[in-house]
Amino acid sequence: MRFETKPVPDATPAVRAVGVGKTFGTRKRAVEAVTAVDLEIAAGEFVSLIGPSGCGKSTLMRLFADLDSPTSGTLEVFGKSAKAARLDQEYGIAFQQAGLLPWRTVVQNIALPLELHGVSYAERAERAEQLADLVGLTDFRNHRPDQLSGGMQQRVAIARSLAEKPRLLLMDEPFGALDEMTRERMQGELARIVARTGAAVVFVTHSIPEAVFLSDRVVVMSPRPGRITAEIEVPFGKDRAELLRESPEFFAKVTEVREALHGAPVERANER
Amino acid sequence: MRRALPWIWGVVGVAVVVAIWELYKWLGPADGVVLGAIQGQAGSGFRILPRTGDLNMPHIWDMFARLGEDNGPGTPALWVSVLSGLGVTLGMSAVGLVIGLVVGVALALAMQRWRIVEWGVLPWVIVSQTVPLIAFAPIIARMGTQIDKAGFPWPGWLSVALIASYLAFFPIAVGALRGLASPDPIHVDLLRSYGAGYGKTLVKLRLPASVPYLLPALRLGATSAVVGAVVAEVSIGMPGGLGRMIIQLAQSASADPALPYGPIIGAVLVGLIAAGSVALLGVILRNYRRGEAVA
Amino acid sequence: MSTGAERTLRILMPVLVGVLLLAAWWALSANQGRVVLVPTPAMVGEQLVMYPELILKATGVTALNALVGLGLGAVLAIVLAGVAAWLRIVDWMVAPVVAAVAVVPIVALTPILNTMFGASSQFGRQLVAALAAFVPIFINVLRGLRQAKPVQRDLFASLAASGGQTFSKLTLPTALPYLFTGLTIASSLAVISALVAEYFGGPANGLGTAIATYAKSGKVSLAWAHVVAAIVLGLVFFLVTVLIERIVTRRIPVGAAR
Repeated sequence: MRFETKPVPDATPAVRAVGVGKTFGTRKRAVEAVTAVDLEIAAGEFVSLIGPSGCGKSTLMRLFADLDSPTSGTLEVFGKSAKAARLDQEYGIAFQQAGLLPWRTVVQNIALPLELHGVSYAERAERAEQLADLVGLTDFRNHRPDQLSGGMQQRVAIARSLAEKPRLLLMDEPFGALDEMTRERMQGELARIVARTGAAVVFVTHSIPEAVFLSDRVVVMSPRPGRITAEIEVPFGKDRAELLRESPEFFAKVTEVREALHGAPVERANER
Repeated sequence: MRRALPWIWGVVGVAVVVAIWELYKWLGPADGVVLGAIQGQAGSGFRILPRTGDLNMPHIWDMFARLGEDNGPGTPALWVSVLSGLGVTLGMSAVGLVIGLVVGVALALAMQRWRIVEWGVLPWVIVSQTVPLIAFAPIIARMGTQIDKAGFPWPGWLSVALIASYLAFFPIAVGALRGLASPDPIHVDLLRSYGAGYGKTLVKLRLPASVPYLLPALRLGATSAVVGAVVAEVSIGMPGGLGRMIIQLAQSASADPALPYGPIIGAVLVGLIAAGSVALLGVILRNYRRGEAVA
Repeated sequence: MSTGAERTLRILMPVLVGVLLLAAWWALSANQGRVVLVPTPAMVGEQLVMYPELILKATGVTALNALVGLGLGAVLAIVLAGVAAWLRIVDWMVAPVVAAVAVVPIVALTPILNTMFGASSQFGRQLVAALAAFVPIFINVLRGLRQAKPVQRDLFASLAASGGQTFSKLTLPTALPYLFTGLTIASSLAVISALVAEYFGGPANGLGTAIATYAKSGKVSLAWAHVVAAIVLGLVFFLVTVLIERIVTRRIPVGAAR
């Protein structure tokens, strides 16, 4: 099965943001959701955006997706404007709520992007089946969303986001509504899928272990106004085994991210 | 300013309706539009647009002006008779609504308390909403006169109120049932943990929780009561009500085209007053409507 | 209560109540002595058997008026709701007019409509039925067209779907259940309004005029027989609408959005 993404002509970064800002509201009651963001995401790189509520991480991702426009700064996705990237379908997106259409089956939901872009019926059906298999839902391919659990619905949403073989995946807390066990399992699956397709990923989360487990780089943000306060490299390579979660290096990295989030080192009891 | 926009456009909307009437009168074909008329056969064909002459379509302002005139020397101005008719119809609708409310809520209470009552009665209530029970109006009217003649006093207005209550009680029963059954199970459990019995739970939980459901049902019941009252007046031939007045005055329409519009304006007002009263009640009870989903 | 017992009771209870109602009817009609107020079910049945063509003819007139009214009202409501969902200004303009039509006794308009279109025309009654059908369909379709969730709209934007694609693949399927809710209410209302409009004048045919005439002239059983026909007519309209809903939603699967 072919899941390679569209070829990258040169080392164009997946996302390049310079001085990006987004302000909502009128002059009197303006809310600076995001300010002065300088961020570059390389092709094939997995980057997490983490921070407390109101830090602007979801807003930033929506700017990348051209679902909102920045009020300042420049934004390029694969060298084009965000709007051009959206119209050229350069990214796939998965929201916090799965956003499945309730009257369509699993494979019909997965095939939605292909249907909208005029792909033939035979090709759509084949690809949707492949993707359903990729996320482990072959046995449920003719079920409707209301017959699926939350985790399964999210898997459909992830399969859908891969339908157009994008080289950039935007994911906004896709595992937020799941319980911890399902969550860890989904993280493993996502890591496996991403390693296979070689796509770049922008992953919004508020779970520190999740960010560390999945990413090549963790971008820490804080609110009022929303801005980037730290970037932490996570050099664990592309193959993330489950055992990684129990390694000392993993814990050290989690601590590093936690301290960056709190803005100060957390004193450990046995080192006083 | 921004919040007043919907209201401003609303007024524009009403003005547009008036404008359409007058524009058609001004620009439309004098003889209206008739489908399939046969030459030489007067009265053939199917008229789908009325004639534009003043006899068929009086000007909107003429309709209102007519209210100020009387019906011949010594008679009161039209608006006076319309107002008194309005009072009669509104009064009977109100009585009907109250009866319907009492019976409807009583039925809903029984249905919520005992599920077998709900299973037995609710399907019939739902079926009754799909069939024209108002078709019984002339029959009930006749039964009323017969009872009266047989010696048991049965005034005409009682039949009217009865028919009105008949129409009002079905939507109220359904709405009240939904409302009484609406509280969150965790709230029911909470009251149970306090040792509250059926009565206390009813007063402190179910009744307040049913307000967002009762209000639209009450509005539907009120407008049904008005329709019931107007139709019943016609069936009984009850003097003094708007229903009868509309039919009577329509007969003189060829001589006095704006005349029948008087009681019709009155009937529109009755409907608006009925709905407005329920809306007012909704404002008074607004604290019980917090958390209501916007329709 | 066990599910088996519950299921039997759920079917048994309405039947029981139905039997009780029938028994009450019989009891009420049995007082032959002083005043014959209520004919027995047997007497009504007798009339149905004696005058089938008469009753059917009257039913046909009212049914046709209700059908024409339903069709007219539905088309107008769907079109207007579509425009109102699209342009907020239109929604603001139409809102008070629809609210007013919803609360005023529309049947009261029948006499002047008959004057405008001719006392021998059924069109006045059809317009009344159309107005009555318009309101629930308009309100429900407008609501349905607004039910697509923001996350779904974002999805379609992210997929660079055109306006037409978003409408046909998202907005329309979401609105379909609401359309049918409106249609079911409207079909019953159309029958009721077409019938009641006949009480307000116009040609001397149809179920309403028959009921009024026979009730006044003392042929009570015949009047009741026409009422039974009216009830059957209302049920038929309702069931046909529900049937159409089942067929359509089977071929175009719709969500459980209600």
